[in-house]
Amino acid sequence: MNLHEHDKKIINQLQGGFPICENPWKELEKTLEIPADEIISRIKKMKSEGVISRFGPMYHAEKMGGGLTLAAMKVDKERYDEVTEIVNSFSEVAHNYEREHELSMWFVIATELPQQVQQVIDKIEQKTGINVYNMPKLQEFFLGLKFEI
Amino acid sequence: MIDERRLISVLQKGLPLITHPYAAIASEINSTEDEVINYIQLMQEKGDIKRFGLVVRHRKLGYKSNAMVVWDIPEKSVDALGQCFGQFDFVTLSYRRPRNLPDWPYNLFCMIHGQDRDDVKKNLSLMIKSCQVEGVNHELLFSTRCFKQRGAIYIHCHEDENKSERVEL
Repeated sequence: MNLHEHDKKIINQLQGGFPICENPWKELEKTLEIPADEIISRIKKMKSEGVISRFGPMYHAEKMGGGLTLAAMKVDKERYDEVTEIVNSFSEVAHNYEREHELSMWFVIATELPQQVQQVIDKIEQKTGINVYNMPKLQEFFLGLKFEI
Repeated sequence: MIDERRLISVLQKGLPLITHPYAAIASEINSTEDEVINYIQLMQEKGDIKRFGLVVRHRKLGYKSNAMVVWDIPEKSVDALGQCFGQFDFVTLSYRRPRNLPDWPYNLFCMIHGQDRDDVKKNLSLMIKSCQVEGVNHELLFSTRCFKQRGAIYIHCHEDENKSERVEL
């Protein structure tokens, strides 16, 4: 995907944050030296093309009082589609990835309250008959942020 | 008084791309622009909002391959190695998680990216060499498919589950 120089400027700036004030675009116009209208239309375009997956707040689930975990299951090829359907039927399951491993199904569980994580796991185990590995984040390490293209 | 729960849920859908986005949100939740702005600022200060901005898809930007690499690290070395792995540009996530013994001995999880699978493997070798973890038990898990919520739509994987990832262009 070829991005215009302005698109790159917008992405680099807005990954770091977005102004929270009455007219945030005017503020960005000064920082980026790109007209406000152009910034808006470029973000719209990149969103529709799928370059930008989200524009808004990234909540800290645990701090907000919610529960969050990474879970995995050993799912046989023959049962994969059926189990996917069961797991994805839970509104608390946010993403579900197939990985090349005996533990083949990996998904994120996000709940309103911390104690609900275990309830969702119990229900998934009941419905599928498969053990769920619960791997909540214990510690997050700082990351360098540069990603050269 | 602002209805916090409604604000959080409306914001979750994303910020409207219009001239006065916070005013639009205010009218949706029967609040005022000032209240919305103040409350979002407060959530950011408290850390309830980790980051307010945009998230890009690596895949669309040429990082077509990514994998989860998991390590079995002695507890006393986790801090140092978690940080060591985090210094690389291609690592977008470095978390300590609990082991699930006996068959899952891994306690440090990183998400790594590359142009293709070989590139990802090359990056892994670089991590091993630079952080001196030759001989440390680890596994590389490539993702093959992912299913999004609502209808189990079958799509290519972006690994954008980590909403706090950043990419420098």
